[in-house]
Amino acid sequence: MTTITTPNGFTIDNSGKRMVVDPITRIEGHLRCEVNLDQNNVIRNAVSSGTMWRGLEVILKGRDPRDAWAFCERICGVCTGIHALASVRAVEDALGIKIPENANSIRNLMEATQWAQDHLVHFYHLHALDWVDVVSSLKADPKATSDLAQSISPWPNSSPGYFRDVQSKLKKFVDSGQLGPFMNGYWGNPAYLLPPEANLMAVSHYLEALDFQREIVKIHTVFGGKNPHPNWLVGGMACAINVDGPLAAGAPVNMVQLNLVSSIIDRTIAFIDQVYIPDLMAIASVYKTWTYGRGLAGQNVMSYGDFPLHANEFSEQNLLIPRGAIVDGKLDAVFDVDLRDPSQVQEFVDHSWYRYPDEAAGLHPWAGITDPNFVLGPATVGTKTDIKQLDEDAKYSFIKAPRWQGHAMEVGPLSRFTIGYAKGIADFKEPVDKMLTDLGLPIDALFTTLGRTAARGLEASWAAHKMRLFFDQLMSNLRAGDLATASTEKWEPATWPKEAKGIGHVEAPRGSLGHWIHIKDQKIEAYQAVVPTTWNGSPRDPSGNIGAFEAALLHTPLAEATQPLEILRTLHSFDPCLACATHVLAQDGGELVRIQVR
Amino acid sequence: MAAEIQTFYDVMRAQGTSRRSFLKFCSLTAAALGLEPIYASKIAHAMETKPRIPVLWMHGLECTCCSESFIRSGHPLAKDVILKMISLDYDDTLMAAAGAQAEAILDEIPKRYKGEYILAVEGNPPLNEDGMYCIVGGKPFVEKLRAVAADAKAVIAWGACASWGCVQAARPNPTQATPIDKVITDKPVIKVPGCPPIAEVMTGVISYMITFDRLPELDGRGRPLMFYGQRIHDKCYRRPHFDAGEFVESWDDLGAREGYCLYKMGCRGPTTYNACSTIRWNGGVSFPIQAGHGCIGCSEDNFWDNGPFYHRLSHVGAGFGVEATADEIGGLAASAVAAGVVAHAGLSAAKHLRKNRHDDHPSPNRKTDDGERS
Repeated sequence: MTTITTPNGFTIDNSGKRMVVDPITRIEGHLRCEVNLDQNNVIRNAVSSGTMWRGLEVILKGRDPRDAWAFCERICGVCTGIHALASVRAVEDALGIKIPENANSIRNLMEATQWAQDHLVHFYHLHALDWVDVVSSLKADPKATSDLAQSISPWPNSSPGYFRDVQSKLKKFVDSGQLGPFMNGYWGNPAYLLPPEANLMAVSHYLEALDFQREIVKIHTVFGGKNPHPNWLVGGMACAINVDGPLAAGAPVNMVQLNLVSSIIDRTIAFIDQVYIPDLMAIASVYKTWTYGRGLAGQNVMSYGDFPLHANEFSEQNLLIPRGAIVDGKLDAVFDVDLRDPSQVQEFVDHSWYRYPDEAAGLHPWAGITDPNFVLGPATVGTKTDIKQLDEDAKYSFIKAPRWQGHAMEVGPLSRFTIGYAKGIADFKEPVDKMLTDLGLPIDALFTTLGRTAARGLEASWAAHKMRLFFDQLMSNLRAGDLATASTEKWEPATWPKEAKGIGHVEAPRGSLGHWIHIKDQKIEAYQAVVPTTWNGSPRDPSGNIGAFEAALLHTPLAEATQPLEILRTLHSFDPCLACATHVLAQDGGELVRIQVR
Repeated sequence: MAAEIQTFYDVMRAQGTSRRSFLKFCSLTAAALGLEPIYASKIAHAMETKPRIPVLWMHGLECTCCSESFIRSGHPLAKDVILKMISLDYDDTLMAAAGAQAEAILDEIPKRYKGEYILAVEGNPPLNEDGMYCIVGGKPFVEKLRAVAADAKAVIAWGACASWGCVQAARPNPTQATPIDKVITDKPVIKVPGCPPIAEVMTGVISYMITFDRLPELDGRGRPLMFYGQRIHDKCYRRPHFDAGEFVESWDDLGAREGYCLYKMGCRGPTTYNACSTIRWNGGVSFPIQAGHGCIGCSEDNFWDNGPFYHRLSHVGAGFGVEATADEIGGLAASAVAAGVVAHAGLSAAKHLRKNRHDDHPSPNRKTDDGERS
């Protein structure tokens, strides 16, 4: 191959110089990226490879379905709790279990908490260094930095003295000769565009956000006992509520804990609206001319929908995050998505390190197979245990290729906002329109790397304000005398049908997440998860469609041919999570499935 | 940039920390470690005279919950650990560099600081498929792990993955995910288990090593005794309800709302060595039992295969030899293990007479040990 056009409309050319970036850092898990650069250092071909595999789903086979959430939660500790929620929903769907309203409010609150904290940490600690030059901030004028900060936000930590103090600490840190996590960064790369003052403001907030994020998750600790990896429960939540009994002080949730939650919600809203959003706008106003990274954005996007306002109802009108799919950029036609329909979501493996009996075909997750098959193509450079260059015409990733109605889809905050915008829902349309107006940009500007990053910020604010809604909903229910947090009538396996299938879907911080379960004789017969980074980071499929990561990298010029700064910038805009993407194993794992059923 | 390495104290002073604040920091560190006040001055002396120790934090098969937990630390703040106590020169989750620039650090630091750096490992190496179920820089993670371990001064195994294998090593362990002490065999590995470990336990272990320039006292399985010397049950605030035979019988029942013991709901507190019921989580806000769900035993070896989680402890493997029934205390049917726990309750008073409770540190064969002890 030199130049070809993929069925989903991208022209790729692998004739230029190959550049390998492995590891991609500041993500969850292990990801490798290879690109071909033309003579102008523009990316003309991109290869994204998930390089880890854990096999969690085969481990689930034969276990108690009520335990599945704990195993699934360990798929990912960054979006902690999200897989647990998908799992309890899948089991409840299969067994027909209805959860109490309070459990629904608490779960929504925990999920919104996760969105707010995860988006915040992503922006400052995983993504900011793609836009912010730490070393440049040493040249900033603290007074001018203060003027800048005060012009965009009422956040109180904004005096000249405050920024001078941060700058002076940073200078001494750099002068110590031990740069720690900033060692070998791309400081001074011409792709960094912010003035020193904006860099200093952002570095100050990097440190503040690192301190503050640990406060947000205390909401998980109240309701789930710890974070990361709070505890969940099939049938509701285990955190019984007692607001005035004689033993309330020792109850999981009492007035003191509720007050703590309420206080954290206020502080989370303040931090996101007064620090995160203004910083995002400041960065966007400078980088709005860097318009790369479109890929599948605005073209093929999907959301499963989430945040049921009332318990046990996943119809479109009860979901605060809308469900739908847009294909071929037609924003006026949002299709419904049905995870039970075997023809809609299918996974392919002809470019993935797995084996199917017929690799030209895709399989719906309820019929999924994952049989690992680590083989390298003939054009691979290197050896099996020392890979210098992958052969993307063959198998090249531990990520499968999921497709919706045959289309490669992008999922995540930007996809959710695009669908919400296309449906004309004020929660999504108004903040997008305001942001675009403030920046003087057309709607098309949203469909870029920067737009992906901006949508995540707007969504963090959405989530923070919805935390208040869910908390108020809980308190209103408690005032009405309803304390119930768990339904136990179908807790005992003897009450279950002999065989049942269910789905649990969640909109995770990184995008659409689905769990498919098959329960037989009170045990897990098969379990399959298709996760956001499986969608976004997918390799090619039998038709030659490329996935969202690969598509988004195309046409991007590198300012310095040896520094992958722009590659990181675009990949990070998706917030990749590789432990999520590459854990998969399904009902027929071949000889691996020699399980001791207990 | 100055090549000369500065001490903690130099860096803290240079960053504007006053002498007074510095000493306060040392006192708080001592308190966090449960040390007598006199140790504050020893900590201060150590920090005044030592350079920031390079830490290389490698990731194998894992979920990054350990890193996420680490940044939740409130005292010391993760920020202060990273910027003032250690030099976190490699950590794929946080580092600015990627690709070749990141790989260069893994080559350079072990040479420049031979025998002087700490290797911290999150996750574990899979050994099947020649190690290629976890690939970093085109090579098996296990190969890089061995190479970086070779010249490390000490090795920390963060979390259940690195310590025991954790979820990917649960039956049937399709990738042959392997605890790191099975591949790093020439030096001690400090195990800090949990899924994840408590944030302040992680920073507490690091603070201790830096302050005293020695490994914390470890039990027979490599865990710091100061945090893993007691079972969660030993210090659980719901323990009086256990002793009184007051149990949660069903989710969200009256007992659940009044904070009764979760033993009958499958709580693993009686067999789990960790500090959750003492240090608690996320700044002391709560811990799993306080939030109403039983402990799942996430700091214990092989806890994933000791389920189902909601079956009371009788369903855990062999070794509990005491015969009795839980009717004696809770009025419900039980099993051999339940009996062990019950007997343990009965022995509570007798235990007060024992001079040294720490004689029941876990042994490698601790399941049997637990049963006899209970």
